[in-house]
Amino acid sequence: MIQFTIEDRDGTRQPIEVPEGINLSLMEVLKASDYNVLATCGGMALCATCHVQVLEGLDKLPPAQDAELDMLDTLPDADFDSRLSCQLRVEESLEGGVFRIRGAEQ
Amino acid sequence: MITTDICIIGAGPVGLFAVFEAGLLKMRCHLIDALPQVGGQLSEIYPQKPIYDIPGYPSINAQDLVDNLMEQIEPFHPTFTLGERVENLEKQDDGSYIITTNDGTSVHCQVVVIAGGLGCFEPRKPEIENLEHFEGKGVAYMVKNPEQLRDRRVVLAGGGDSALDWTVFLANVAKEVTLVHRGDTFRGAPDSAEKVFDLAREGKVNLILQSNITSISGNGHLQEVNITAKDKTVRTLEADNLIPLFGLTPKLGPIADWGLNIDKAAIAVDTTDYSTNVERIYAIGDINTYPGKLKLILCGFHEAALMCQSAFRYVYPNQKLSFKYTTVNGVPTF
Repeated sequence: MIQFTIEDRDGTRQPIEVPEGINLSLMEVLKASDYNVLATCGGMALCATCHVQVLEGLDKLPPAQDAELDMLDTLPDADFDSRLSCQLRVEESLEGGVFRIRGAEQ
Repeated sequence: MITTDICIIGAGPVGLFAVFEAGLLKMRCHLIDALPQVGGQLSEIYPQKPIYDIPGYPSINAQDLVDNLMEQIEPFHPTFTLGERVENLEKQDDGSYIITTNDGTSVHCQVVVIAGGLGCFEPRKPEIENLEHFEGKGVAYMVKNPEQLRDRRVVLAGGGDSALDWTVFLANVAKEVTLVHRGDTFRGAPDSAEKVFDLAREGKVNLILQSNITSISGNGHLQEVNITAKDKTVRTLEADNLIPLFGLTPKLGPIADWGLNIDKAAIAVDTTDYSTNVERIYAIGDINTYPGKLKLILCGFHEAALMCQSAFRYVYPNQKLSFKYTTVNGVPTF
């Protein structure tokens, strides 16, 4: 099992457990867990509505590719610890991480 | 005025295939798309990517699928308005609709089918107090005509390529250029970033890093921009123009104001026929939502077929619809 923590927009935290090898993105897990994440573009790094801030475990994550970096650069509220959850595969690198949901709600 | 049976908003794969299904039932279609070419996301975003879940094609390039769809619907002579965005919908006394675009093109139709995919890409607006109040009065989200900024005091906000590129360009046009960026580095386009740092050193642009624009003010027209730094210090700049450049984000656009039931930025439909809550308006493909919705091209194709069976009654109110197979009847052209 891979375990990590999600912090919702109101600050409430919830631990999430996902089986290894599930082949999902963090965005897909957030949606499946009923978080209010629009993910309008369906995971193509086009809309940034799945923007998360990585509060813990940033160093362990694989580096962002160009499409993700380009999108993050344009966001008014992105910071050094921002990622697009659609570009993060649920795998060992997420273990122990804490992710705060930031994407637009509408 | 263009007259048609069905006006399809969105010329992506699902909008295109709807022309075929409509054509089998002798219904003519006109398509409108904000993009300058047909194909929607497939042509605009990933033309060379293979798609693996189109039935009958183990793998097909996105652009090839669009080209094939265009060939498939050719017998039905669809007409197109491309590069224009749908703005208005006006219900007529007989129940039909007139749709108008931002360029003034109008289409009279019996049925409206929204196949808008992700929606329209619109500028992302930052959270700045009073921002919308000054839109068109000094605030714009893109530079349409740089000459209008000549000898003006211009404030740009953002950290992406377009913010950097316009800062460099406007340095020689505007009276004063200020770039406000929340970070202290620019991740993309190192060349443009280097130029901006050079111009700042030469005193040709004013670079304010680790800061955000928090509010703006003016008497009718923008006059002042208030900037808050990371250390909470606030400074006020006099400015004639503010241009926040925070990229584009897909939005429903004017469609959101048509009285349709919207659920999480998608149009709620009845899965019997993919009709919306407004009579004669249907929504198919990625733009609709219903329990169990999957954003797949193949699901959109299915939705298009069922939609046409239902829309038939508005186009041919006095005719009975009889279902026919193409294997039996071929493709009737008109």
